[in-house]
Amino acid sequence: MSKNLNLKLKIWRQAGPHAQGSFLEVDAHDIPEDASFLEMLDVVNERLIADDVEPVTFGHDCREGICGTCGVMINGQAHGPEKATATCQLHMRKFNDGDEIVIEPWQATSFPILKDLMVDRRAFDRIVEAGGYISAPTGTAPDANEIPIPKEVADTSMDAAACIGCGACVAACPNSAGQLFTSAKLHHLNTLPQGQPERWKRTEAMVETMEDFFGSCTNHGECAEACPKEISLDFIAFMNRDYVKSKVKNRSLVSKH
Amino acid sequence: MVMLDAKIPEGPIEDKWDNHKFNVKLVNPANKRKFEVIVVGTGLAGASAAASLAELGYNVKVFTFHDSPRRAHSIAAQGGINAAKNYRNDGDSVYRLFYDTVKGGDYRAREANVHRLAQVSVDIIDQCAAQGVPFAREYGGLLANRSFGGAQVSRTFYARGQTGQQLLLGAYQALAGAIQSGKVTLYNRSDVLDIVTKDGEAKGIVVRDMLTGQVHAHSAHAVVLATGGYGNVYYLSTNAMASNVTAAWRAHRKGALFANPCYTQIHPTCIPASDEFQSKLTLMSESLRNDGRIWVPRDRDEARSAAEIAEDERYYFLEEKYPSFGNLVPRDVASRNAKTVVDEGRGVGPLKNGVYLDFAAAIARDGEQAVRERYGNLFQMYERIAGEDPYHTPMRIYPATHYTMGGLWVDYNLMTTVPGLYALGEANFSDHGANRLGASALMQGLADGYFVLPYTIGDYLAPKLGETPLSTDDPAFTQAVAEVDDRTRQWTSKKGGTHGVEYYHRELGKIVWEYCGMTRNENGLEKALSEIPALREEFRKNVKVLGSPDGINTMLEKVNRVDDFMEFAELKVRDALHRNESCGGHFREESQTEEGEALRDDENFAYVGAWEWNGPDEAQTLHKEDLEFEYVKLTQRSYK
Repeated sequence: MSKNLNLKLKIWRQAGPHAQGSFLEVDAHDIPEDASFLEMLDVVNERLIADDVEPVTFGHDCREGICGTCGVMINGQAHGPEKATATCQLHMRKFNDGDEIVIEPWQATSFPILKDLMVDRRAFDRIVEAGGYISAPTGTAPDANEIPIPKEVADTSMDAAACIGCGACVAACPNSAGQLFTSAKLHHLNTLPQGQPERWKRTEAMVETMEDFFGSCTNHGECAEACPKEISLDFIAFMNRDYVKSKVKNRSLVSKH
Repeated sequence: MVMLDAKIPEGPIEDKWDNHKFNVKLVNPANKRKFEVIVVGTGLAGASAAASLAELGYNVKVFTFHDSPRRAHSIAAQGGINAAKNYRNDGDSVYRLFYDTVKGGDYRAREANVHRLAQVSVDIIDQCAAQGVPFAREYGGLLANRSFGGAQVSRTFYARGQTGQQLLLGAYQALAGAIQSGKVTLYNRSDVLDIVTKDGEAKGIVVRDMLTGQVHAHSAHAVVLATGGYGNVYYLSTNAMASNVTAAWRAHRKGALFANPCYTQIHPTCIPASDEFQSKLTLMSESLRNDGRIWVPRDRDEARSAAEIAEDERYYFLEEKYPSFGNLVPRDVASRNAKTVVDEGRGVGPLKNGVYLDFAAAIARDGEQAVRERYGNLFQMYERIAGEDPYHTPMRIYPATHYTMGGLWVDYNLMTTVPGLYALGEANFSDHGANRLGASALMQGLADGYFVLPYTIGDYLAPKLGETPLSTDDPAFTQAVAEVDDRTRQWTSKKGGTHGVEYYHRELGKIVWEYCGMTRNENGLEKALSEIPALREEFRKNVKVLGSPDGINTMLEKVNRVDDFMEFAELKVRDALHRNESCGGHFREESQTEEGEALRDDENFAYVGAWEWNGPDEAQTLHKEDLEFEYVKLTQRSYK
């Protein structure tokens, strides 16, 4: 049978982007170990409401580890202690009775805190808008089997496409770099035959947009450690290679016209 | 008086869509830029519609309550998407997909819509592959398929267990391209709280900015709702936490008929609830039924672990009762049978609230590696949530609310009964009848957005060339804005209050699940009809909402949604009460065969039940769209 835990929580509270924040200390008693981390926060919130205290704001939606909305720093680790697991999929059985848990929002200049544990990750959307797509206007596509894609290629593309855009990579990085996210999208599209026509334009545009928002990569590898979808650090190397090539390729295109 | 005209085109069923495409009015390319279209929701239907309309040249405004369009709940769909490609050489065709879907829907869908869906299904796969959706491939590089419940051919395309994610990212990326090109303006963290009409036509929407709390209006030539289903009326469901009925319900209150709200799909393969704090239920893709065998112990007092129970002591109830479909019977049949064995006391797990889904045979046959390749991420997810390793211990599963077949009534053009207001994807009622087949939701969402609306919307817009959208200074807008603002602010201005909004949502869910869940009967439904209004009244009087309306306030966001669920639930129950037959996901205990299967009453109920709002204190009026079956023969569904 499942047992209950008594926990000491320190939760970051901040009323708005420019407000002064502070830790709220809460004794969370009788938390079932089968509860997820966010269900634990739900319980805490219901108790706060009962005491007429405004509940803690945190981002969350699907609670299946796929939408990428949730994510907090748990004792300094993005998404907490369990490998390859988003916050919503982390369960309290991974903690011990009496544990102190410090809960903070992602901390990166490009992800401003909106309220409490909720941050603004629109910078990621800007990177995708810069070129993270294959232009294929609706209706123009050839038969899906016209262009065979070797299974290995489809598989590696899928490995990269599994990114959920949660931002843990940025939060875990000492430089707040956006390389893992950006390279995952590039690898997804740049490996596919369909992605070739726009490959160099896409790479240059996405990398440079990334650099407008995020810090530089110094190969710590913390991003891949924190990633709930185990996106590979290798993709960053592929991105760097493509970026260098793109500077040459895009230049030669200019000179031809 | 509302007249339901489905506007089904003339001609044989295989020609209807082509005829219609030729007959609808067109807006020429240079004129498309003179039109504004609002799209609400960025799931498969909304994102694909917005991107496609923008590519055609329309000016599109897109609204989502998420921080990014990519968060929409389509992202969570796992198993796959159907298409009548017949790549497997196993006898599939457009006609067979059409036939299976009408049959799977228990003959409560509109034939013409379903046939069109089957026709465009093949284009969807082409479109998605061209966008870079990394579908599963064979070693030769061609597309792989898997089979799914309710069909005897392999027509399901998939991207591991993340098909919804990959299709949504494809649509989101198309949308991102359109945003970059300036043809789409994105409004994120924007809660659409009302639909504005004037002279009976849709003119725009009222939106609350979830960061600032400001309420403002947006105007357009047409409004497209792609806002998903109402599954969270049950509180516990596989829907995301924020999924809600609000936009559709507000449209209903503005004159859009709501069709078949009693139809809800209870998905057979979800992880059973573990405690009272459970916030949602997690689906395990139906594709698992391809290789998993479902069973319970024959002995009701069984206390041993699964591995210790001998083969002949196991009751493979689906394989025994339905030899030809076995574990691949449609969802409603699988769910009800699971409920039956659990109600008989044969359930497994600590709370005896599940049935086993066992992969031992598949692992013995194909090896653990093959099973890992097919379902690795699902097994991982299960292990995280349940704390058990499904490679060695069978999964425990139980049905949960998953998808809602009912929705806003739409005609063949996907237009609601409010001219200029469209409903796409799960938000409409049109294609799945009383039960949706697996891998068909993704198909319908993308069909509506990529390949139907872009053709049909022109028919409405063409005559409006030269009209400017109604000014947001018009009283129709200013009044609606004031109403939404007042409605939102009333919650926080109340003092006192007993419980938070979560409590009331949970209570509502209990009533709806108990009396309008997997099985329904007259007494229970009557009881729900008295309990829901009482709960609603208490909720409106006593709900406690803290914090300020001017800024981020997640309680406030939720209270508006639960308020709408409170009204919607009553209509749902009323619809279930009036439909005194069993069909698909709607099982009335009064109407079953001797073997306990759903018994339809085609003579009296072969229609779409569409309800008209008459004001907050009046019961809705029922309108009927008779369903005519010219091609599919109505039979008692049999999967034996």
